[in-house]
Amino acid sequence: MIEPAATRSLVIEREMPHSPEKIWRALTEAPLIEQWLMKNDLQPVVGHRFNFRSTPVPQWDGIIESEVLVVEPHSRLSYRWASMGLETVVTWTLTPTIDGTHVRMEQTGFRSEEDRAYKGAKYGWTNFIGNLERVAGELD
Amino acid sequence: MTPANANPVFRALADPTRRAIFEELTRQGEQTVHALTRFAGVSQPAVSKHLTVLKRAKLVRHRHEGRETHYLAQPDALAPMVNWLDHYGAFWRERFDRLENLLQRMDK
Repeated sequence: MIEPAATRSLVIEREMPHSPEKIWRALTEAPLIEQWLMKNDLQPVVGHRFNFRSTPVPQWDGIIESEVLVVEPHSRLSYRWASMGLETVVTWTLTPTIDGTHVRMEQTGFRSEEDRAYKGAKYGWTNFIGNLERVAGELD
Repeated sequence: MTPANANPVFRALADPTRRAIFEELTRQGEQTVHALTRFAGVSQPAVSKHLTVLKRAKLVRHRHEGRETHYLAQPDALAPMVNWLDHYGAFWRERFDRLENLLQRMDK
């Protein structure tokens, strides 16, 4: 089956009762990022190349290749997010609200063939085995 | 996810012994038929038969070296069964929760 080469995006949005300045720190200071996302050597400087690192698993070294693309303090941060053939961009947008901040994360650039790419044992295996048993059950 | 495309792979891995052999190759890297026979605890002809099914599903490939045949997992064959968007949807939601926890701790 040949599918169109369109890209798709993932958007996650949430209201947080914190100031954009504070959330910006959590998004741009490496030791803080490590506490909620992954080990990293991010510096909020356009053009800075860095890695996110998670625990290596079989078939995946745990490394996300990244580069800072956009830095607009307290409002917008964008970086490349590439791993295992996946080539995407993650963009954070912070918008002040009455009680805090609207946080929007958009990951763009999922290509249709990558939807089917192997995603690594760490996250994939459990689902994979679950699906396997379900589908295998339907086969016979 | 399109189970129809994935069926040869699902069929190959529906057997627990074949699944164990594939997982072993995923964990350990390349293995000889002898090593896999020791691991699987079944006869070598049985292991060879299982490897043939895995090979047809493109889950493993092999190469000859001297008298030994070496097998290697091809996890790309799992491609029909996984979905990056689903994966990252779950990933980021969980990370948003962690971010909020961190922000609460930063108040102190």
